[in-house]
Amino acid sequence: MSAVEVRSVDLDVPDRRILHGVDMEVQRGEIVAVVGMSGSGKTTLLKCIAALIKPSRGSILIDGEDIVPLPEHRLDRVRLRIGLVFQYAALFDSLTVEENVGFGVVYHGRATRAEASRLVAERLKEVGMAGSERLYPSQLSGGMQKRVGLARALALEPSLILYDEPTSGLDPVIGRTIDDLIVRTRDRTGVSSVVVSHDILSIFRIADRIVMLEQGRILTQGTPAELRQSPLEAVQEFVRQD
Amino acid sequence: MMAAMTSLAPDGAKPPFIAPNPITSALVFVGETWRLAAQAAGEILRGRADRRNTVAHMAAIGADAIPIVLLTTLSTGAVLAFYTAGVFVHFGGVTFVGGMLTLSFLLELGPLLAGIMVAARSGASIAAEIGSMVVTEQVDALRSMAVSPVRYLVAPRLLACVAMMPVVGLFAAAGGIAGAFVMSGTQGVTAEAFLESARTYATEWDLVKGLVKTLWFGLTIACVACRQGLRTERGAAGVGRSTTSSVVICIVLIFVSDFFLAQVLSGASVAVR
Repeated sequence: MSAVEVRSVDLDVPDRRILHGVDMEVQRGEIVAVVGMSGSGKTTLLKCIAALIKPSRGSILIDGEDIVPLPEHRLDRVRLRIGLVFQYAALFDSLTVEENVGFGVVYHGRATRAEASRLVAERLKEVGMAGSERLYPSQLSGGMQKRVGLARALALEPSLILYDEPTSGLDPVIGRTIDDLIVRTRDRTGVSSVVVSHDILSIFRIADRIVMLEQGRILTQGTPAELRQSPLEAVQEFVRQD
Repeated sequence: MMAAMTSLAPDGAKPPFIAPNPITSALVFVGETWRLAAQAAGEILRGRADRRNTVAHMAAIGADAIPIVLLTTLSTGAVLAFYTAGVFVHFGGVTFVGGMLTLSFLLELGPLLAGIMVAARSGASIAAEIGSMVVTEQVDALRSMAVSPVRYLVAPRLLACVAMMPVVGLFAAAGGIAGAFVMSGTQGVTAEAFLESARTYATEWDLVKGLVKTLWFGLTIACVACRQGLRTERGAAGVGRSTTSSVVICIVLIFVSDFFLAQVLSGASVAVR
Protein backbone atom coordinates (compact mmCIF):
# COMPACT_ATOMS: atom_id res chain seq x y z
CA MET A 1 0.00 0.00 0.00
CA SER A 2 1.29 3.46 -0.91
CA ALA A 3 1.78 6.11 1.77
CA VAL A 4 -0.07 8.65 -0.38
CA GLU A 5 -2.21 8.25 -3.47
CA VAL A 6 -3.66 11.33 -5.16
CA ARG A 7 -6.31 10.42 -7.74
CA SER A 8 -7.84 12.84 -10.25
CA VAL A 9 -7.85 15.76 -7.82
CA ASP A 10 -9.43 19.03 -8.93
CA LEU A 11 -9.61 22.15 -6.80
CA ASP A 12 -11.90 25.02 -7.76
CA VAL A 13 -12.05 28.44 -6.14
CA PRO A 14 -14.73 31.00 -7.08
CA ASP A 15 -12.89 32.52 -10.01
CA ARG A 16 -10.70 29.68 -11.32
CA ARG A 17 -9.47 26.09 -11.11
CA ILE A 18 -6.20 25.65 -9.24
CA LEU A 19 -5.66 21.89 -9.63
CA HIS A 20 -6.70 19.90 -12.72
CA GLY A 21 -6.97 16.12 -12.40
CA VAL A 22 -3.77 15.63 -10.43
CA ASP A 23 -2.58 12.01 -10.02
CA MET A 24 0.50 11.08 -8.02
CA GLU A 25 1.72 8.46 -5.62
CA VAL A 26 4.27 8.31 -2.79
CA GLN A 27 5.64 4.92 -1.74
CA ARG A 28 6.61 4.23 1.87
CA GLY A 29 9.99 5.70 2.74
CA GLU A 30 10.18 7.51 -0.58
CA ILE A 31 11.09 11.18 -1.06
CA VAL A 32 8.92 12.66 -3.80
CA ALA A 33 9.56 16.22 -4.93
CA VAL A 34 6.82 18.37 -6.43
CA VAL A 35 8.33 21.08 -8.60
CA GLY A 36 7.02 23.83 -10.80
CA MET A 37 6.99 27.55 -11.32
CA SER A 38 5.42 29.93 -8.77
CA GLY A 39 1.63 29.70 -8.94
CA SER A 40 1.65 26.19 -10.44
CA GLY A 41 -0.35 24.79 -7.48
CA LYS A 42 2.48 23.02 -5.59
CA THR A 43 1.68 24.36 -2.13
CA THR A 44 -2.05 23.97 -2.70
CA LEU A 45 -1.51 20.30 -3.58
CA LEU A 46 0.62 19.91 -0.44
CA LYS A 47 -2.13 21.41 1.71
CA CYS A 48 -4.69 19.09 0.12
CA ILE A 49 -2.49 16.11 1.11
CA ALA A 50 -2.12 17.63 4.60
CA ALA A 51 -5.95 17.65 4.90
CA LEU A 52 -5.98 21.44 5.29
CA ILE A 53 -7.83 22.08 2.01
CA LYS A 54 -10.60 19.86 0.69
CA PRO A 55 -10.40 19.20 -3.05
CA SER A 56 -13.49 19.83 -5.17
CA ARG A 57 -13.25 16.40 -6.79
CA GLY A 58 -11.07 13.29 -6.68
CA SER A 59 -9.63 11.31 -3.82
CA ILE A 60 -6.54 11.43 -1.62
CA LEU A 61 -5.60 8.19 0.10
CA ILE A 62 -3.34 8.35 3.13
CA ASP A 63 -2.24 4.85 4.13
CA GLY A 64 -5.13 3.53 2.02
CA GLU A 65 -7.84 5.72 3.60
CA ASP A 66 -9.60 8.30 1.43
CA ILE A 67 -9.53 11.55 3.41
CA VAL A 68 -11.62 13.67 1.03
CA PRO A 69 -15.07 12.58 2.26
CA LEU A 70 -14.07 12.61 5.94
CA PRO A 71 -15.76 15.22 8.19
CA GLU A 72 -13.56 17.73 10.02
CA HIS A 73 -13.51 15.92 13.37
CA ARG A 74 -12.31 12.69 11.72
CA LEU A 75 -9.59 14.49 9.77
CA ASP A 76 -7.74 15.24 13.02
CA ARG A 77 -6.85 11.54 13.33
CA VAL A 78 -5.30 11.70 9.84
CA ARG A 79 -3.48 14.98 10.51
CA LEU A 80 -1.76 13.43 13.53
CA ARG A 81 -0.04 11.01 11.13
CA ILE A 82 1.22 13.85 8.93
CA GLY A 83 3.94 16.34 9.79
CA LEU A 84 3.94 19.62 7.90
CA VAL A 85 7.03 21.84 7.69
CA PHE A 86 5.96 25.30 6.52
CA GLN A 87 7.81 27.57 4.10
CA TYR A 88 8.40 30.20 6.79
CA ALA A 89 8.33 27.64 9.63
CA ALA A 90 5.06 29.05 11.09
CA LEU A 91 6.40 28.72 14.62
CA PHE A 92 4.12 30.10 17.34
CA ASP A 93 5.86 33.40 18.03
CA SER A 94 4.59 33.79 21.59
CA LEU A 95 6.02 30.41 22.62
CA THR A 96 9.62 29.33 23.19
CA VAL A 97 11.33 26.77 20.97
CA GLU A 98 10.69 24.11 23.64
CA GLU A 99 6.98 24.98 23.84
CA ASN A 100 6.73 25.02 20.05
CA VAL A 101 8.30 21.60 19.58
CA GLY A 102 6.42 20.04 22.49
CA PHE A 103 3.11 21.75 21.67
CA GLY A 104 1.43 18.84 19.88
CA VAL A 105 2.43 16.12 22.31
CA VAL A 106 1.39 18.16 25.36
CA TYR A 107 -1.86 19.33 23.74
CA HIS A 108 -2.87 15.80 22.78
CA GLY A 109 -1.87 14.44 26.20
CA ARG A 110 0.76 12.11 24.74
CA ALA A 111 3.33 13.21 27.31
CA THR A 112 3.57 15.07 30.60
CA ARG A 113 5.50 18.33 30.55
CA ALA A 114 8.59 16.57 31.96
CA GLU A 115 8.41 13.81 29.35
CA ALA A 116 7.79 16.41 26.67
CA SER A 117 10.95 18.28 27.75
CA ARG A 118 13.03 15.13 27.25
CA LEU A 119 11.37 14.44 23.89
CA VAL A 120 11.92 18.04 22.77
CA ALA A 121 15.61 17.85 23.70
CA GLU A 122 15.97 14.67 21.61
CA ARG A 123 14.19 16.15 18.59
CA LEU A 124 16.19 19.38 18.76
CA LYS A 125 19.41 17.37 18.93
CA GLU A 126 18.37 15.42 15.82
CA VAL A 127 17.94 18.64 13.85
CA GLY A 128 21.10 20.23 15.22
CA MET A 129 19.35 22.74 17.46
CA ALA A 130 20.26 21.37 20.90
CA GLY A 131 20.35 24.04 23.58
CA SER A 132 17.91 26.39 21.87
CA GLU A 133 14.96 25.45 24.11
CA ARG A 134 14.61 28.81 25.86
CA LEU A 135 14.87 30.95 22.73
CA TYR A 136 11.89 32.53 20.98
CA PRO A 137 11.35 32.17 17.20
CA SER A 138 12.23 35.84 16.66
CA GLN A 139 15.72 35.11 18.03
CA LEU A 140 16.39 32.44 15.36
CA SER A 141 17.60 32.76 11.77
CA GLY A 142 15.46 31.47 8.87
CA GLY A 143 17.41 28.20 8.63
CA MET A 144 17.18 27.64 12.39
CA GLN A 145 13.44 28.29 12.32
CA LYS A 146 13.03 25.67 9.60
CA ARG A 147 14.98 23.14 11.62
CA VAL A 148 12.80 23.84 14.68
CA GLY A 149 9.75 23.51 12.41
CA LEU A 150 11.02 20.07 11.36
CA ALA A 151 11.60 19.13 15.02
CA ARG A 152 8.00 20.18 15.78
CA ALA A 153 6.72 18.04 12.91
CA LEU A 154 8.83 15.06 14.05
CA ALA A 155 7.64 15.32 17.67
CA LEU A 156 4.30 13.71 16.84
CA GLU A 157 6.11 10.79 15.11
CA PRO A 158 4.35 11.11 11.75
CA SER A 159 4.49 8.46 9.02
CA LEU A 160 4.48 11.18 6.34
CA ILE A 161 6.28 14.55 6.34
CA LEU A 162 5.36 17.33 3.94
CA TYR A 163 7.93 20.06 3.32
CA ASP A 164 6.86 23.36 1.78
CA GLU A 165 9.84 25.08 0.10
CA PRO A 166 12.35 23.89 2.73
CA THR A 167 15.34 25.68 1.18
CA SER A 168 13.75 28.90 -0.09
CA GLY A 169 15.32 32.07 1.23
CA LEU A 170 18.37 30.22 2.60
CA ASP A 171 21.96 30.52 1.43
CA PRO A 172 23.35 27.45 -0.42
CA VAL A 173 25.30 26.16 2.58
CA ILE A 174 22.31 26.23 4.94
CA GLY A 175 20.10 24.92 2.12
CA ARG A 176 22.40 21.91 1.79
CA THR A 177 22.19 21.32 5.55
CA ILE A 178 18.40 21.24 5.30
CA ASP A 179 18.62 18.82 2.35
CA ASP A 180 20.89 16.50 4.35
CA LEU A 181 18.46 16.72 7.26
CA ILE A 182 15.52 15.67 5.07
CA VAL A 183 17.42 12.64 3.74
CA ARG A 184 18.81 11.73 7.19
CA THR A 185 15.33 11.94 8.72
CA ARG A 186 13.96 9.58 6.07
CA ASP A 187 16.91 7.16 6.50
CA ARG A 188 16.60 7.13 10.29
CA THR A 189 12.81 6.91 10.68
CA GLY A 190 11.68 5.46 7.34
CA VAL A 191 9.18 8.29 7.02
CA SER A 192 7.69 9.06 3.60
CA SER A 193 8.28 12.61 2.39
CA VAL A 194 6.78 15.04 -0.10
CA VAL A 195 8.97 18.08 -0.79
CA VAL A 196 7.52 21.06 -2.62
CA SER A 197 10.22 23.24 -4.10
CA HIS A 198 11.35 25.25 -7.07
CA ASP A 199 15.01 24.77 -6.05
CA ILE A 200 16.09 22.31 -8.74
CA LEU A 201 19.58 21.81 -7.25
CA SER A 202 18.12 20.73 -3.95
CA ILE A 203 15.53 18.49 -5.63
CA PHE A 204 18.10 16.55 -7.66
CA ARG A 205 20.10 15.99 -4.47
CA ILE A 206 17.32 14.51 -2.36
CA ALA A 207 14.41 13.23 -4.49
CA ASP A 208 13.75 9.61 -5.39
CA ARG A 209 11.08 10.78 -7.80
CA ILE A 210 10.01 14.15 -9.15
CA VAL A 211 6.52 15.33 -10.09
CA MET A 212 6.38 18.46 -12.22
CA LEU A 213 3.33 20.69 -12.11
CA GLU A 214 2.39 23.36 -14.64
CA GLN A 215 -0.67 25.54 -14.12
CA GLY A 216 -2.24 22.98 -11.81
CA ARG A 217 -1.68 20.00 -14.14
CA ILE A 218 0.94 17.27 -13.91
CA LEU A 219 3.33 17.89 -16.76
CA THR A 220 5.53 14.87 -16.13
CA GLN A 221 6.83 12.63 -13.37
CA GLY A 222 9.76 10.26 -12.99
CA THR A 223 13.16 9.75 -11.43
CA PRO A 224 15.69 12.63 -11.55
CA ALA A 225 17.54 10.76 -14.35
CA GLU A 226 14.30 10.40 -16.35
CA LEU A 227 13.54 14.08 -15.97
CA ARG A 228 16.99 15.02 -17.25
CA GLN A 229 16.23 12.98 -20.40
CA SER A 230 12.72 14.37 -20.87
CA PRO A 231 12.04 15.72 -24.38
CA LEU A 232 9.57 18.30 -23.02
CA GLU A 233 10.81 21.86 -23.50
CA ALA A 234 9.25 23.12 -20.23
CA VAL A 235 11.03 20.35 -18.30
CA GLN A 236 14.36 21.04 -19.98
CA GLU A 237 13.99 24.72 -19.25
CA PHE A 238 13.49 23.88 -15.58
CA VAL A 239 16.31 21.32 -15.50
CA ARG A 240 18.76 23.75 -17.13
CA GLN A 241 18.74 25.75 -13.88
CA ASP A 242 20.78 22.88 -12.41
CA MET B 1 -4.78 32.95 -2.50
CA MET B 2 -3.50 30.39 -0.04
CA ALA B 3 -4.08 32.62 2.89
CA ALA B 4 -7.60 33.24 1.71
CA MET B 5 -8.46 29.61 1.26
CA THR B 6 -7.12 28.49 4.55
CA SER B 7 -8.02 31.41 6.74
CA LEU B 8 -11.65 31.47 5.70
CA ALA B 9 -12.12 28.09 7.18
CA PRO B 10 -11.21 27.96 10.85
CA ASP B 11 -12.47 24.39 11.03
CA GLY B 12 -11.96 23.31 7.46
CA ALA B 13 -15.29 24.39 5.98
CA LYS B 14 -15.20 25.58 2.39
CA PRO B 15 -15.44 29.32 1.84
CA PRO B 16 -18.89 30.31 0.59
CA PHE B 17 -19.24 30.67 -3.18
CA ILE B 18 -21.26 33.87 -3.02
CA ALA B 19 -20.69 36.97 -5.08
CA PRO B 20 -19.98 39.82 -2.67
CA ASN B 21 -22.66 42.47 -2.26
CA PRO B 22 -23.69 44.29 0.94
CA ILE B 23 -26.68 42.05 1.69
CA THR B 24 -25.01 38.69 1.08
CA SER B 25 -21.87 39.92 2.88
CA ALA B 26 -23.98 40.87 5.91
CA LEU B 27 -25.75 37.50 5.87
CA VAL B 28 -22.44 35.63 5.53
CA PHE B 29 -21.02 37.70 8.41
CA VAL B 30 -23.99 36.94 10.68
CA GLY B 31 -23.98 33.24 9.79
CA GLU B 32 -20.25 32.79 10.28
CA THR B 33 -20.16 34.77 13.51
CA TRP B 34 -23.02 32.78 15.06
CA ARG B 35 -21.46 29.52 13.89
CA LEU B 36 -18.16 30.49 15.48
CA ALA B 37 -19.96 31.52 18.69
CA ALA B 38 -21.84 28.20 18.80
CA GLN B 39 -18.67 26.15 18.19
CA ALA B 40 -16.73 28.09 20.85
CA ALA B 41 -19.62 27.83 23.33
CA GLY B 42 -19.68 24.06 22.71
CA GLU B 43 -15.97 23.84 23.53
CA ILE B 44 -16.44 25.94 26.69
CA LEU B 45 -19.42 23.89 27.89
CA ARG B 46 -17.42 20.68 27.39
CA GLY B 47 -14.67 22.20 29.57
CA ARG B 48 -12.14 22.25 26.73
CA ALA B 49 -11.14 25.93 26.80
CA ASP B 50 -7.44 26.12 27.66
CA ARG B 51 -7.28 27.34 31.28
CA ARG B 52 -3.88 29.01 31.11
CA ASN B 53 -4.86 30.92 27.99
CA THR B 54 -8.23 31.90 29.46
CA VAL B 55 -6.69 33.32 32.63
CA ALA B 56 -4.11 35.28 30.61
CA HIS B 57 -6.87 36.77 28.45
CA MET B 58 -9.01 37.56 31.51
CA ALA B 59 -6.12 39.59 32.88
CA ALA B 60 -5.58 41.39 29.55
CA ILE B 61 -9.26 42.10 28.87
CA GLY B 62 -10.33 42.83 32.45
CA ALA B 63 -7.66 43.81 34.95
CA ASP B 64 -5.43 45.64 32.48
CA ALA B 65 -8.37 47.63 31.09
CA ILE B 66 -9.70 48.92 34.41
CA PRO B 67 -7.38 51.96 34.86
CA ILE B 68 -8.16 53.35 31.41
CA VAL B 69 -11.88 52.62 31.77
CA LEU B 70 -11.94 54.36 35.16
CA LEU B 71 -10.13 57.38 33.75
CA THR B 72 -12.56 57.61 30.81
CA THR B 73 -15.74 57.25 32.83
CA LEU B 74 -14.58 59.49 35.67
CA SER B 75 -14.13 62.35 33.22
CA THR B 76 -17.35 61.53 31.33
CA GLY B 77 -19.29 61.52 34.61
CA ALA B 78 -17.73 64.82 35.62
CA VAL B 79 -18.50 66.45 32.25
CA LEU B 80 -22.10 65.17 32.26
CA ALA B 81 -22.61 66.56 35.77
CA PHE B 82 -20.97 69.82 34.76
CA TYR B 83 -23.47 70.31 31.90
CA THR B 84 -26.61 69.11 33.69
CA ALA B 85 -26.36 69.60 37.46
CA GLY B 86 -26.28 73.40 37.29
CA VAL B 87 -29.42 73.47 35.12
CA PHE B 88 -31.28 71.16 37.50
CA VAL B 89 -30.25 73.33 40.45
CA HIS B 90 -31.36 76.47 38.60
CA PHE B 91 -34.84 75.02 38.06
CA GLY B 92 -35.11 73.61 41.58
CA GLY B 93 -34.52 70.01 40.61
CA VAL B 94 -31.67 69.25 43.04
CA THR B 95 -33.43 66.08 44.18
CA PHE B 96 -33.21 64.63 40.67
CA VAL B 97 -29.49 65.13 39.98
CA GLY B 98 -28.05 62.13 41.83
CA GLY B 99 -30.76 59.78 40.57
CA MET B 100 -30.52 60.93 36.96
CA LEU B 101 -26.72 60.65 36.80
CA THR B 102 -26.58 57.34 38.69
CA LEU B 103 -29.24 55.77 36.48
CA SER B 104 -27.44 57.08 33.38
CA PHE B 105 -24.26 55.29 34.34
CA LEU B 106 -25.82 52.10 35.69
CA LEU B 107 -28.14 51.54 32.74
CA GLU B 108 -26.46 53.17 29.80
CA LEU B 109 -23.15 54.98 29.94
CA GLY B 110 -21.28 52.49 32.15
CA PRO B 111 -22.01 49.44 29.97
CA LEU B 112 -21.73 51.42 26.74
CA LEU B 113 -18.40 53.07 27.55
CA ALA B 114 -17.03 49.78 28.88
CA GLY B 115 -18.10 48.08 25.66
CA ILE B 116 -16.51 50.73 23.47
CA MET B 117 -13.26 50.70 25.45
CA VAL B 118 -13.00 46.90 25.40
CA ALA B 119 -13.89 46.76 21.69
CA ALA B 120 -11.23 49.35 20.87
CA ARG B 121 -8.59 47.88 23.14
CA SER B 122 -9.08 44.13 23.44
CA GLY B 123 -11.22 43.54 20.34
CA ALA B 124 -8.57 45.19 18.17
CA SER B 125 -5.85 43.19 19.92
CA ILE B 126 -7.71 39.88 19.41
CA ALA B 127 -8.36 40.56 15.70
CA ALA B 128 -4.75 41.65 15.10
CA GLU B 129 -3.24 38.72 16.99
CA ILE B 130 -5.36 36.06 15.27
CA GLY B 131 -5.00 37.86 11.92
CA SER B 132 -1.20 37.80 12.23
CA MET B 133 -1.35 34.10 13.07
CA VAL B 134 -3.43 33.49 9.93
CA VAL B 135 -1.10 35.34 7.55
CA THR B 136 2.01 33.69 9.03
CA GLU B 137 0.35 30.25 8.70
CA GLN B 138 0.35 29.68 12.47
CA VAL B 139 -3.38 28.86 12.31
CA ASP B 140 -2.66 26.30 9.58
CA ALA B 141 0.13 24.94 11.79
CA LEU B 142 -2.41 24.44 14.58
CA ARG B 143 -4.77 22.63 12.24
CA SER B 144 -1.95 20.50 10.84
CA MET B 145 -1.30 19.29 14.40
CA ALA B 146 -5.00 18.43 14.83
CA VAL B 147 -5.52 21.40 17.15
CA SER B 148 -8.83 23.17 16.59
CA PRO B 149 -8.33 26.95 16.24
CA VAL B 150 -11.82 27.39 17.69
CA ARG B 151 -10.87 25.43 20.77
CA TYR B 152 -7.38 26.87 21.18
CA LEU B 153 -7.87 30.48 20.04
CA VAL B 154 -11.56 31.42 20.13
CA ALA B 155 -12.94 29.62 23.20
CA PRO B 156 -10.49 31.14 25.76
CA ARG B 157 -11.00 34.64 24.35
CA LEU B 158 -14.79 34.28 24.33
CA LEU B 159 -14.88 32.97 27.90
CA ALA B 160 -12.51 35.68 29.12
CA CYS B 161 -14.41 38.46 27.36
CA VAL B 162 -17.84 37.37 28.61
CA ALA B 163 -16.54 36.80 32.15
CA MET B 164 -14.65 40.10 32.43
CA MET B 165 -17.02 42.51 30.68
CA PRO B 166 -19.39 42.77 33.70
CA VAL B 167 -16.37 43.53 35.91
CA VAL B 168 -15.21 46.26 33.52
CA GLY B 169 -18.80 47.51 33.26
CA LEU B 170 -19.05 47.69 37.05
CA PHE B 171 -15.89 49.76 37.29
CA ALA B 172 -17.10 51.94 34.40
CA ALA B 173 -20.39 52.67 36.15
CA ALA B 174 -18.65 53.27 39.49
CA GLY B 175 -16.12 55.62 37.85
CA GLY B 176 -18.83 57.58 36.07
CA ILE B 177 -20.94 57.97 39.20
CA ALA B 178 -17.88 59.02 41.21
CA GLY B 179 -16.97 61.67 38.62
CA ALA B 180 -20.55 62.92 38.55
CA PHE B 181 -20.70 62.98 42.36
CA VAL B 182 -17.59 65.11 42.67
CA MET B 183 -18.58 67.54 39.89
CA SER B 184 -22.15 67.87 41.19
CA GLY B 185 -20.68 69.14 44.45
CA THR B 186 -19.15 72.09 42.60
CA GLN B 187 -22.54 72.84 40.97
CA GLY B 188 -24.42 73.28 44.22
CA VAL B 189 -25.59 69.69 44.87
CA THR B 190 -24.62 68.49 48.33
CA ALA B 191 -23.30 64.97 48.90
CA GLU B 192 -26.37 64.09 50.97
CA ALA B 193 -28.75 65.33 48.25
CA PHE B 194 -26.88 63.41 45.55
CA LEU B 195 -26.83 60.14 47.51
CA GLU B 196 -30.44 60.47 48.66
CA SER B 197 -31.56 61.08 45.08
CA ALA B 198 -29.51 58.10 43.85
CA ARG B 199 -31.05 55.85 46.52
CA THR B 200 -34.56 57.04 45.59
CA TYR B 201 -34.37 56.50 41.83
CA ALA B 202 -31.83 53.72 41.29
CA THR B 203 -32.27 50.11 42.41
CA GLU B 204 -30.15 46.94 42.40
CA TRP B 205 -32.20 45.84 39.39
CA ASP B 206 -30.80 48.76 37.40
CA LEU B 207 -27.30 47.52 38.16
CA VAL B 208 -28.29 44.01 37.02
CA LYS B 209 -29.75 45.35 33.77
CA GLY B 210 -26.52 47.18 33.04
CA LEU B 211 -24.45 44.08 33.73
CA VAL B 212 -26.68 41.96 31.48
CA LYS B 213 -25.88 44.42 28.69
CA THR B 214 -22.16 44.01 29.31
CA LEU B 215 -22.46 40.21 29.00
CA TRP B 216 -23.96 40.64 25.54
CA PHE B 217 -21.34 43.23 24.58
CA GLY B 218 -18.58 40.83 25.71
CA LEU B 219 -20.02 38.05 23.56
CA THR B 220 -20.30 40.41 20.59
CA ILE B 221 -16.74 41.74 20.90
CA ALA B 222 -15.12 38.32 21.26
CA CYS B 223 -17.04 36.68 18.42
CA VAL B 224 -16.66 39.57 15.96
CA ALA B 225 -12.96 40.08 16.72
CA CYS B 226 -12.15 36.37 16.41
CA ARG B 227 -14.17 36.05 13.21
CA GLN B 228 -12.51 39.08 11.63
CA GLY B 229 -9.09 37.77 12.68
CA LEU B 230 -9.73 34.33 11.19
CA ARG B 231 -10.98 35.99 7.98
CA THR B 232 -7.71 37.88 7.49
CA GLU B 233 -6.10 37.64 4.07
CA ARG B 234 -3.28 39.26 2.13
CA GLY B 235 -0.51 40.02 4.60
CA ALA B 236 0.09 42.98 6.88
CA ALA B 237 -2.45 45.19 5.10
CA GLY B 238 -5.03 42.46 5.66
CA VAL B 239 -4.26 42.43 9.39
CA GLY B 240 -4.82 46.18 9.45
CA ARG B 241 -8.14 45.81 7.63
CA SER B 242 -9.32 43.05 9.98
CA THR B 243 -8.40 45.08 13.03
CA THR B 244 -10.16 48.21 11.80
CA SER B 245 -13.26 46.35 10.67
CA SER B 246 -13.41 44.47 13.96
CA VAL B 247 -13.46 47.71 15.98
CA VAL B 248 -15.98 49.41 13.67
CA ILE B 249 -18.36 46.43 13.54
CA CYS B 250 -18.14 45.88 17.31
CA ILE B 251 -18.93 49.51 18.10
CA VAL B 252 -21.83 49.67 15.63
CA LEU B 253 -23.25 46.40 16.97
CA ILE B 254 -22.86 47.60 20.56
CA PHE B 255 -24.88 50.77 19.82
CA VAL B 256 -27.58 48.93 17.85
CA SER B 257 -27.94 46.07 20.31
CA ASP B 258 -27.96 48.58 23.20
CA PHE B 259 -31.18 50.03 21.81
CA PHE B 260 -32.89 46.63 21.63
CA LEU B 261 -31.50 45.48 24.98
CA ALA B 262 -32.88 48.66 26.58
CA GLN B 263 -36.37 47.76 25.28
CA VAL B 264 -36.15 44.12 26.30
CA LEU B 265 -34.69 44.79 29.75
CA SER B 266 -37.16 47.60 30.39
CA GLY B 267 -40.02 45.19 29.62
CA ALA B 268 -38.45 42.54 31.85
CA SER B 269 -38.08 45.03 34.68
CA VAL B 270 -41.78 46.00 34.45
CA ALA B 271 -42.75 42.33 34.48
CA VAL B 272 -40.61 41.66 37.57
CA ARG B 273 -42.05 44.64 39.39
